[in-house]
Order: sequence, then structure tokens, then C-alpha cells
Amino acid sequence: MDTMTRAQNSRRTTTYDVRGLAEPDAVAPKTAKVTGDTAELDAADLTTRQINLELRRLIYGEGIDEVTLLNPGARHSLAVGLLIRCRIRIEGSLGYFGCGLIDGPEIHITGRVGWSVAENMMAGVVVIDKNAGSLTGAALRGGDLVIRGQVGARTGIDQKGGTIIVGGTAGSNTGFMMQRGRQIICGDVGHGLGDSMYDGAIYVGGEVASLGVDCVEAEMGPEDGELIDRKFGIYDMDRPDSFRKFVCGKKLWNYDNLEPHERKLVL
Amino acid sequence: MCGIAGVIHKGRDGDVGAEMTSMLQAMKHRGPDSTGYALYGQPSDLLVMRFKLANPNETNDFDFDERLEASRREVEERLNKIGATIDRMDGESQYAYRATFRYDGDLKPLTDYVEGVPGAEVLSLGHSLEIIKDLGDAETVSEQYRLGGFRGTHTIGHVRMATESDVDIAGAHPYWAYPFSDVAVVHNGQLTNYHQWRRRLERNGHRFQSECDSEIIAVYIAERLSDGLSLETAMKQSLHDLDGVFTYLVVTEDSLGVAKDEMAAKPLVLYENDEMVALASEEMAIRAIINHEIDTYDPYESEVLVWTR
Repeated sequence: MDTMTRAQNSRRTTTYDVRGLAEPDAVAPKTAKVTGDTAELDAADLTTRQINLELRRLIYGEGIDEVTLLNPGARHSLAVGLLIRCRIRIEGSLGYFGCGLIDGPEIHITGRVGWSVAENMMAGVVVIDKNAGSLTGAALRGGDLVIRGQVGARTGIDQKGGTIIVGGTAGSNTGFMMQRGRQIICGDVGHGLGDSMYDGAIYVGGEVASLGVDCVEAEMGPEDGELIDRKFGIYDMDRPDSFRKFVCGKKLWNYDNLEPHERKLVL
Repeated sequence: MCGIAGVIHKGRDGDVGAEMTSMLQAMKHRGPDSTGYALYGQPSDLLVMRFKLANPNETNDFDFDERLEASRREVEERLNKIGATIDRMDGESQYAYRATFRYDGDLKPLTDYVEGVPGAEVLSLGHSLEIIKDLGDAETVSEQYRLGGFRGTHTIGHVRMATESDVDIAGAHPYWAYPFSDVAVVHNGQLTNYHQWRRRLERNGHRFQSECDSEIIAVYIAERLSDGLSLETAMKQSLHDLDGVFTYLVVTEDSLGVAKDEMAAKPLVLYENDEMVALASEEMAIRAIINHEIDTYDPYESEVLVWTR
């Protein structure tokens, strides 16, 4: 083994308090190089909490517009909970739960991401150049989530808005329990597409292994083609010649499916 | 939760002991209860047997050491009696031992005979497989058993967060595929038809050392292999036969395989280049041995992949 790796790992040792909270006393390390309104942060020697604290310091405290994060080292839960417009470029790969709970940022990841990327994103853009794990965009509420490579299983589980675009193939149960929003998948998808989906639409460019419960094929309308063209234009991606559209069959609709504020309007 | 990891070097040796320690240490948060290794050194004519004679959490009463020494002598005697020529037998920790011997007969009677000694459990038996498992994190176990210098071709490892059975060595992975030489398994997940399979396999004469559901996979694979199936076919059959959620790794004398259940419910990240294949529950573990950005992906549901060294 590379001795430097071991040294790096031991420098990053995480401490926990009695309740199991990680590094309760951590502070932003202030190690980022700031040039004007951009900054560069090398994460190699920092713990997860230090990285997130430093990002918050730069974006909220210093008002930096654009941060480049180097050496993320596939760690979990990086760049989470940012509720402000900014640009973040992550040079490398993330572990699980990356870019979760964000509202506003535009994040570009040059590597791969693990499970549950952009979980519960409210608004903003997350672009991933390589592959993503399972549960990509879980409970997504808004914004665009673009994966240029392939994704694992249960993409957009419980999706409630926004758009997920996948350049490669997707695994089983894609769009599981999806409630709103759009998914555009260029490659093949696995078994159980759109299983138990409530609403929203899934566009598939490749083969579908099988449909899930209450998911049916619908006809592509002009607005569907327009949406796909527009999104592929924005992210400069090659689109397959044709897409098929899948929606909810609404055979299992026997419940109140309105959001609380919509329910008030009906009443 | 549990974390699993595997490395196989293609056509050369590597520092598998140190590599697996770094990988498992990086995943310590997935399972702090126990850590286990299955390491493959250079195959030899001799058989290597790793066994333990007591549990680390057993009461250390005043005649503990004497009892252990008596048991160890009993193991030695039984090995001689069954026709094995002992090369050497060393204590690896207070209660775990490593023996090498020459033996041409069937491994099952030998194992059963050795395990007749009170407290004895054969952790592994084979021409190159060595299973080392104990309580604590990877660095603790690696230091205790001096695994830093272990060179070999492939390895799998496991950090355990106990969910289905006790925290002790019997519940720790990897599991040796009793009584099949040089086969071991690590597993992340839970099996729901455990009791069904356990009864079935026990009727066929297999023994179980723990209440841990993962032990089923090792014995199941061993039985299929002894029926003459290839590793890949045996693993493919297991996708239908085993219920529950699982990602498991199997190693044999010359290959390493991975299987995922039909829901892809447990994570696995895979990295492959011309020299090696590395797999782990988290990419962080792979990055602990590769100090630069890498291209990885998650295998899909119901996938079975096998590599040969």
C-alpha cells in the first residue's frame, strides 16, 4: 500500500461525541484559495464536516460564486444542504448522499457518484459526468439532475418534481413510486419500470425489460419532444432518435393525491 | 449494515493483507463489531488450517491457558491419529492457531474430528486459503494477527455490524465453505429463508458453527461445487434459491465472484483495470488503496460476475 494514503487516512480521523455526532466542535478550516469571487478548495486532508463547513463559509460567509472542490476522495455527504444560488465544480467522485437537500446550486461533478445523489433537491442543477449508484435523485422535488453515464436501481424513487436525465442505462424499478416530474433515460432500463408510480412521465430511448405495476405506455405528444430537445440542448447531449413515454395507468388511484395546499383550493 | 470488500490481482502477487486492512479500515463505520479476512497466499502441497479454541469474550478464568493448551494438544493428537503429518502449529493469538500439515484424505472427517475438541472451530482449511477473524476494527485485527506483510493473489474481507446473531468470532465473516477446501464467502444483507436452507443442508450432513444467516451461503455454494457445478453456475442458482437481500463475494483457490440479489438492495462498487479488480460496499474503500480518481460502477440486480487471477 502507498504509505501516503495511510498517512492521509489517519490525518482525517473523525471524532464523535457521546451521542455519536461527528466532530461537534469542528470549524471551517479556512484553507481555500480565494481569487476574486471564485475559490479553490483542496479536500485531501479535510474531514467531511470540515469540507462542508468550509463550503458554507465560502458561499454564505464570503459570498463566493464559484467554488472548485479538489480531491473529494469518494467521501459521503459532501456539498449538502446548500440553500443559495452558487456554482460548485467537484473534480472527482463522491460517495453516498452527495449534493442532498440543496436548493439553488449548480453543481458539476467530473467523476462518479454513489447512492442517493441529489436526494430531495428543491431547485438547481446537478450534472454528473460518469456513472451514478442506486436511488439517484430520491425524492427529487425540483431542478435538473443529469447523469451522463449509467445509473443503478430505483432511480428517482419517490420523485416529486424536477427532471432526471440519464445518458446511459438504468437498473430495475426506475421511477418507483414516482409522484411528479420527468425522467429521460437514453439507454435500456431494467425490470419494473415505473412500478407503483402515481404521476409524472418517464421517457425511455432504449429497451424496457418489463413494466412495473400500474405503469403503461402513453403516446408521445409534441410537447414531450419539445421538452426532450430543450433539455438535451441545454446539456449538449446526443439524443436517441426516438423515445417511448411511460405514465401511470391510474388503476390504483383510490386515495387523495393532492398536496396540502392544493387540497385547500379544492375545498 | 456491514461492509464487504474484495481484491484480485491478475497474474501476479500483491500486498493483499495491507490492502484489505486499508479497505476495511476505511469502511469501519459500516461495522465496528468484528473484522474478518480471507487471504490467499502461495498454494502449497501442505494444507493450512486456521482454528480457534475459545471465544474472545469468554471468561478468562485462572486455568484458561491450561485448558487451551490441553485442547491444542488434543487437536494435535487427533490430526496425527487421522493420518495427517503435522508440519508446524503456531499460536496466532491467545485462542487462535495456524497449523500446516500433509494430508491426502477427505477433509470432512478431519474437520469433524478436530471440532470434536471442546471449543474448537475450524475457521478455514485449504492449500492457500487463510481466514482470520476477530473482534475489533481492521487495524486491530491486522496488528493482532500480523497481516501487514501477507502477500497473495486475492482476498475478501468483511466488517460486521451484527444484526441477526451474536458478536463473537463464530458470527464474524468470512465463512469457510465447510468442508470444501479453499472456498470462502462474505455477505452483506439478510436472508429470509435461512431456517429452510439450514434444515435442508443439515439433512445433507453439513455442520453450522453459528446462528448467522450468512453461513448458509458458504455451505450452499460448497455443496453446489462438490456436485461438480462451476462457481458461476452455483452463484446463478443461488439467486433463485436464496431469499432476502444480499450482495455476497465468494473466493476459491483461483477466482473471485460477486452476486447481487434481484432488487440490488445492497450496494457494491466495482473497479477494474488491467492489473486488478477491486470491489467494496463503498468507493471510499477502493480509494484507500488507489490514490487517484478512478472510473467505477455499480453492478446491476441479479448480476453474477467472476474473475480469475
